[in-house]
Amino acid sequence: MNKKYKEPLFHMVKRDTISQKEAWRIRIIAFILSLVVGGLMILTLGHNPFKVYQAMVVGAWGSKTVIYETIKIATPLLITAIGISFAFKMRFWNIGGEGQILVGAVAAGYFGLYTAHIFPKVPLVFLMLVSGMLAGGLYAVLPAICKAKWGTNETLFTLMLNYIALAFVKYLMNGPWKAKGSSYPKIGMLAKGARLHKVLGVHWGWILALVIVVISYIYFSKTKHGYEISVVGESNDTARYAGISVKKVFIRTMFISGALCGLVGMLQFAGADYTITEGTAGGIGFTAITVAWLAKMNPYAMLVVSVFIAMLERGANTIQTNFKIPASAADLLIGIILFFMLGCEFFTTYRLIFREKEEQHASYIK
Amino acid sequence: MLHTLNSLFIAAVLAGTPLLLGALGEILTEKSGNLNLGVEGMMFMGAITGLAGSYYYEQAVGTPNGVVSAFIALVVSFLAGSIGALIYSFLTITLRANQNVTGLTLTIFGTGFGNFLGEYIGQKTGGYVAVGEKTKEAFSSVHIPFLSDIPVVGKLLFQYNWMVYFAIALAIVMTWFLKKSRVGLNLRAVGEDPATADAAGINIRRYKYFATLIGGGICGIGGMYMSMVTTSGVWVHNCVSGYGWLAVALVIFATWSPARGILVAIVFGGLTIMRMYINIKGIPAQIYDMLPYVATIIVLVMTSMRQSKEHAQPKSCGTNYFREER
Amino acid sequence: MKEQVDYAIKMRDIKKTFGKVVANNHVNLELKKGEILALLGENGSGKTTLMNMLSGIYFPDHGEIYVHGQSVKILSPRDAFQVGIGMVHQHFKLVDVFTAAENIALGLDGKVTVNRKEVNQSVRELATKYGFDIDPTKKVYQMAVSEKQTVEILKVLYRGADVLILDEPTAVLTPQETEKLFAVLKNMKKAGKSIIIITHKLHEVLSISDRVAILRKGEYIGAVNTKETNQDQLTEMMVGHPISLEIERPKVKRGPERISVVDLTCKNQDGIKVLNNVSFSAYGGEILGVAGIAGSGQKELCETIAGLYPAIGGAVLYKDKNNKDNIKEEILGLNPDEISRKGISMAFVPEDRLGMGLIANMDMTDNIMLRSYKKRKGIFVDRKKPKELAKKIISELEIATPGADTPVGRLSGGNVQKVLLGREIASAPSVLIVAYPVRGLDINSSYRIYDLLNEQKKKGVAVIFIGEDLDVLMEVSDRVMVMCGGKISGIVDPKEVTKEDIGLMMIHVDGQEEDRHE
Repeated sequence: MNKKYKEPLFHMVKRDTISQKEAWRIRIIAFILSLVVGGLMILTLGHNPFKVYQAMVVGAWGSKTVIYETIKIATPLLITAIGISFAFKMRFWNIGGEGQILVGAVAAGYFGLYTAHIFPKVPLVFLMLVSGMLAGGLYAVLPAICKAKWGTNETLFTLMLNYIALAFVKYLMNGPWKAKGSSYPKIGMLAKGARLHKVLGVHWGWILALVIVVISYIYFSKTKHGYEISVVGESNDTARYAGISVKKVFIRTMFISGALCGLVGMLQFAGADYTITEGTAGGIGFTAITVAWLAKMNPYAMLVVSVFIAMLERGANTIQTNFKIPASAADLLIGIILFFMLGCEFFTTYRLIFREKEEQHASYIK
Repeated sequence: MLHTLNSLFIAAVLAGTPLLLGALGEILTEKSGNLNLGVEGMMFMGAITGLAGSYYYEQAVGTPNGVVSAFIALVVSFLAGSIGALIYSFLTITLRANQNVTGLTLTIFGTGFGNFLGEYIGQKTGGYVAVGEKTKEAFSSVHIPFLSDIPVVGKLLFQYNWMVYFAIALAIVMTWFLKKSRVGLNLRAVGEDPATADAAGINIRRYKYFATLIGGGICGIGGMYMSMVTTSGVWVHNCVSGYGWLAVALVIFATWSPARGILVAIVFGGLTIMRMYINIKGIPAQIYDMLPYVATIIVLVMTSMRQSKEHAQPKSCGTNYFREER
Repeated sequence: MKEQVDYAIKMRDIKKTFGKVVANNHVNLELKKGEILALLGENGSGKTTLMNMLSGIYFPDHGEIYVHGQSVKILSPRDAFQVGIGMVHQHFKLVDVFTAAENIALGLDGKVTVNRKEVNQSVRELATKYGFDIDPTKKVYQMAVSEKQTVEILKVLYRGADVLILDEPTAVLTPQETEKLFAVLKNMKKAGKSIIIITHKLHEVLSISDRVAILRKGEYIGAVNTKETNQDQLTEMMVGHPISLEIERPKVKRGPERISVVDLTCKNQDGIKVLNNVSFSAYGGEILGVAGIAGSGQKELCETIAGLYPAIGGAVLYKDKNNKDNIKEEILGLNPDEISRKGISMAFVPEDRLGMGLIANMDMTDNIMLRSYKKRKGIFVDRKKPKELAKKIISELEIATPGADTPVGRLSGGNVQKVLLGREIASAPSVLIVAYPVRGLDINSSYRIYDLLNEQKKKGVAVIFIGEDLDVLMEVSDRVMVMCGGKISGIVDPKEVTKEDIGLMMIHVDGQEEDRHE
């Protein structure tokens, strides 16, 4: 054969095992690289990346007020991320966090707005809490049932539910729940007496979030339910073989997943915004997916990641005012970081063998 | 009544075109076994870059030419969509990242990219970005001598903007490509059963990359339609808002057939604009807004109830192929 | 670079590694023009890997390949076709939703469009030339296994290959179909083709090949002329030491009936009856072998009994050894959880070990508790006892693993099967169903599995053994049940019938030829 021939430059080989230290080294390098790429982007906009990054950090941690703001962003993000990880752990792609948050807010809003004069605060907050979780949970169960019964694509189903919930909120804003005397569509404010207490400057949702971190960690790793979620996530056939009802696990787990998102809706309504708008969910449902994935579904890691992402988002507001860089830059940066983190996992499972190396390789056996 | 139906049809075609383009891009992508959920993101990328391309072209030359401007928008949006798809391809094909999450990330990234750039350019130019008259003209209805003048039919079929015909032609070409051409046959094999295609001497990576990149480019063009036609050449924050996702759903309803996509796109285009044409007392506008999404869910559930072997998603969709796995 | 021209293929000092696993090392192989060479070796000896380097799937780390004396580099399947090498893989590489002709034309260069009519016509001509029977317009998913194989062979011939490699082609065929295939291969040889056939069945080697090349643990052992060798010599070359290939069949007094299946009928999603009035009983202290062509209902039978596949009629009656009252219990329609809650201990080793029986990404402890974690009260799982059991199984079955914390997916095929079988046996079952338990295992592991099954039989367990290798089934089983198209064509005593008899039963029920396409 006279064909021109080039030996492959390199080929990939699965690593046998990789130490955690090595894996983290790779991830940290990837993370730094993503910041470098983000920095180059800032540079092309004509700003000094170091100054911009510094402004972001200061904008998130520089003063008490901004710290409160950062935690206020991190809290719903963390709870939603944990909620979503329940579904993701069983390979159920729940991207309906947005919708579940909204219906949670609406359910809580019903009691908050229309029964505040009937109930005293504690039962009222409890009622909002339960109704928000219930609504979010039920809203998430719908796609779970269809997936269990007919294998309906849950990605699109949950996503469509987001838009339906959004349209519903707009409907409430324009019609039945429209605030009296308002010239433009908006829903009235929660009475001052019914708003959530603040602990150390932020509504107590953050304490609840920490509790949820611990409980969900135990749930995932120590309970039968958690074990079942992992089995279902790995293989539905194996789950059936083990006597696990896949349908039951789908429905139960999705209820929890949706309920946690619904809880976020209630917290946003009663603790942060005191009203409901089309921005109540504000992309939390999507950002939470990245949080869950970056943290590899580990609740403790999600705590760290959600605080980090909250910092980016809060910091983005600062750079908008200081540098006139639009706040959407945060999304862009989150996307870039996630791209790098997704890509770097490859290097924790595979290594490249280059052409020259092969010869050495050949000689060491026998 | 008939008049209303006619206008509804025309509006449905206009609203359905970006859906069709998005769906065509995704069909091509999925045929290679890549489930790219980043359609929304790629459409955003195409939407802003297409608009920006025309805008900067207009700024650069004193007397812009509408056709050139439209052509620039087409090329630039295609490239932008392809770049989004390239990121996706590199991560999933070369680095074997999870397709679902990579696609979702691309959506987040693309949405951020579109809105960021839109705002940024807006800021620089004092308020908002909008293209000039010449470009707008290039994206308005065409007048085909004789054909456009046929009563009723002329209005219904022959007086859309050029992108409508572009999308339909693309759907027909793609149908032929997938059904008849050799490369199309190979591509389908890659999506159905990459190991088999591999053993048959087909270069899997090349096919996957090409299909995904071209598919992404088509999605980008669909996004450009949103910014150039739907919002008439003005950048509107979040302008793609869910159309990319509807396009992904359309792929399922079209059962992965580009030709059927035309029909489904018109139906869904109709649902998105129905409230402006059909008014039923007591049903508020926002409930109409739910229609396409509710319809999507219903069709989604219905199609999942009956599984067909041949009119189904390419079998390897969602999983990455790696030869030396053992 | 000129070598001797007599050789269609020469492989020199070939080496291939996967990670730390050396699949081939210092392998030399020669294929003479116009001969049939049998490539013999145990499972895992590197036969397929070696051949995949000829077909362009893998590229050797080291070594040279000569085709007709010319040094070549085969980087892709395309390169392989260009030098006239074609391979029929063990797991057919066909696109299900394509027609036979589309599969055959796949990946070829040519005009922009594929002219279906032309391809159909030339496929028909090719088929007639070599004595195949095929409909080029038939979709692959509607085909029987032997038809698919025909398509595969035609695919290779269509590409003008003059070197054919067949990987375990007889594994899926009945004895009669095997004979037909061998006749075709001899035709091809006459037409001047050179053929390599990968197999581990000795009698086939002796009946079809001109020469035999032997691999062992990735290394080349040597080649002999078929006429000058015998089974014992080949075995010794293959295994490395003299070994008796006879499988023990201990005499055990047949115990009580443990399970009886009555008129069991199941339909699949397309509404086709995959089980059709199946009735049989299995007794304690016996191994009931189940034979049949792949897809004759074996999988559905196992899964229906285990509560994993819905039935539309019939009954499955179970008599557990712990059931003091000796009452038969109906278990059809119950899911595995409900069956186990009835106190019934039935063990099932499914065909898909890592897709159903075990979870590849979980460690052994988590896999061991898969079928028993529910028994503990409360909401928490207990990993202590499963871990102890895992350690016990590791030492008793001599499983090679770094420890109970290693994901089972990292273990070798034989060890994976030992984990699975070990767990199932540990539940002290009355009935043990094993589906294709030695598929892909080397000889030592296979014999260890047979021993384990025999131990269970001696303990009075009713063992149902679904197998594909008729020789093995006939040696190990006390009775052989033959399935065909979802029906039972008979239950026979393997000591009283021949392999050909069973082969006939695999394609006939009551003297009628079954339509195997459905």
